[in-house]
Amino acid sequence: MVQQQAAPDTRVADADDDHDIVPRSRPWRWVGVAVVLVVAAEVVSSVLTNPNYQWDIVGKYLFDSRILAGLGTTLLLTTVAMALACLLGLVLALMRRADSRLLRATAGGYVWLFRGTPVLVQLIIWYNLAILVPVVSIGIPFGPQLWTAQTNDLISPWTAAILGLALNEAAYLCEIIRSGINAVDYGQTEAAQALGMSRRHSFRRIVLPQALRVIVPPASNEAIGLLKYSSVVSVIALPELLYAGQLIYGRTYETIPVLIVVSIWYLVIVTLLTWLEHRLERRLGAGFAARHGSAAPSRAGRWSRWLTPAR
Amino acid sequence: MADPGAMTGPLVRLTGVRKRFGDHRVLHGVDLEVARGDVLCLIGASGSGKSTLLRCVNHLERPNAGRVYVGGELIGYQERDGRLHELPERRIRAQRARIGMVFQHFNLFPHLTVLENVIEAPTRVNREPRESAARAARTLLDRVGLGDKVNAYPRSLSGGQQQRVAIARGLAMRPELMLFDEPTSALDPELVGEVLDVMRDLAAGGMTMIVVTHEMGFAREVATRVAFMDGGRIVEEGTPHQVLADPRHERTRSFLSKVL
Ligand SMILES: Nc1ncnc2c1ncn2[C@@H]1O[C@H](COP(=O)(O)OP(=O)(O)OP(=O)(O)O)[C@@H](O)[C@H]1O
Ligand SMILES: [Mg+2]
Repeated sequence: MVQQQAAPDTRVADADDDHDIVPRSRPWRWVGVAVVLVVAAEVVSSVLTNPNYQWDIVGKYLFDSRILAGLGTTLLLTTVAMALACLLGLVLALMRRADSRLLRATAGGYVWLFRGTPVLVQLIIWYNLAILVPVVSIGIPFGPQLWTAQTNDLISPWTAAILGLALNEAAYLCEIIRSGINAVDYGQTEAAQALGMSRRHSFRRIVLPQALRVIVPPASNEAIGLLKYSSVVSVIALPELLYAGQLIYGRTYETIPVLIVVSIWYLVIVTLLTWLEHRLERRLGAGFAARHGSAAPSRAGRWSRWLTPAR
Repeated sequence: MADPGAMTGPLVRLTGVRKRFGDHRVLHGVDLEVARGDVLCLIGASGSGKSTLLRCVNHLERPNAGRVYVGGELIGYQERDGRLHELPERRIRAQRARIGMVFQHFNLFPHLTVLENVIEAPTRVNREPRESAARAARTLLDRVGLGDKVNAYPRSLSGGQQQRVAIARGLAMRPELMLFDEPTSALDPELVGEVLDVMRDLAAGGMTMIVVTHEMGFAREVATRVAFMDGGRIVEEGTPHQVLADPRHERTRSFLSKVL
């Protein structure tokens, strides 16, 4: 406990320096710790001993091929949709910052429309696009057509799902990316210009890396959100993870254990994503924390750090 | 655009430069010449247009009228049939690369180390090999007294150190002209000296410089010319002695009485 009272600047503070200091007693902290420990113990023991969780059935389905196929679908769907959404979101964010009023208004309208309507509705519309637009063609505007296809041949559940999720997500990412770019001081762009850098170069090498620091945490939140709400694609009969589970317990009535299996897999992926995010944040944070030595936390008091707030 | 007088005439020549932001007229036709090797200190009250004028020289600000020549080359435009046509961005970038600029708030790239800050433009704009660019950068950083900080990040440096890195970053492009916009205004008083020392060395080495500053001591000692701006015009221009010790204009006198 003594180490907790060390001066915030861990680089100069030596463990020997602070032995004269008697820490203030903090009784409520220990009450809080005790309550948390008791409640946690209760929950863990209930989960482990209550037979209704049916852990044996959970074990049976954890690696079931239908569940794994659903997991694969969810992962693929989320990855592809998120990648497309990032690209489109970046383009939209740049459009919203453009000099041209038309470009700004277009991007603004896009965000308004796709953020303002339920993703469920958007999915169903994409899936049933053929009702609205029976034929898709590429050609010279108002001129001859070079390529034509029936909409029904193009839109499968997969394309509808990816379109629906990606276009919706892009609207959210647009705003996140835009605020990230705005957070970078304009002086950075000016310094880059004064050195003779092109706009592209200054954006890619100077502005974007700094903006990403601001963008990555909320964008990771979006990725995790997308991972889970991608289960809405079950309305167009695409068997992702949750839907695969529903198909199983619809027949066997082992509802809770199967949902636990599904949740375990979601947790595994989210844990992985969180780990990736932390690594990315640390890389992007280079140069931003140097002043206060937070890169080198004190090793002292490892156990008490877990129980009590830092500093 | 080759100009036979480029090597003999003034390095910088401004004629009738005007600038307005919307309806707000900031520069009312500025004429100015800076010879090679000259150090021009630009002084004047806040809002008189010093920064705007400086930024017109490397086309960070587009003048609404008038011409800016550096090394005999018209900056930002080309003249055809008596009219100015905007240059393609690539040409403007090439012009800017020959003019170094140092800002009040340093504007170092915080996500890059000191060395990376200095070699970014040489390696990626001028396409110098990384090795030789890094070698040149280390020499420059030694010159500004920061040879031991090459791998530090800007945020871990003091303001004075950051500004010296910014000067080295500008010099790395081997400019023929350096622009300084109040390089010491954001610094704690005890850090001003180290930056002015670097600038003094630079001036002694023959670099042509335009310096917007409130450091009258520096202007008196180092400048070869001093120009006083007021209300978007250069009111008075001459040697430091003429302008600072024996000003002819009432407005110069009243400004100096406030800052000295
Ligand atoms: N981008 C801009 N948009 C609108 N007005 C501007 C802009 N930049 C400068 N101005 C205005 O132009 C005038 C001159 O500004 P400038 O920055 O050139 O003055 P300065 O002499 O450098 O002053 P200071 O000593 O405070 O830096 C000011 O009134 C300022 O408000
Ligand atoms: Mg200014």
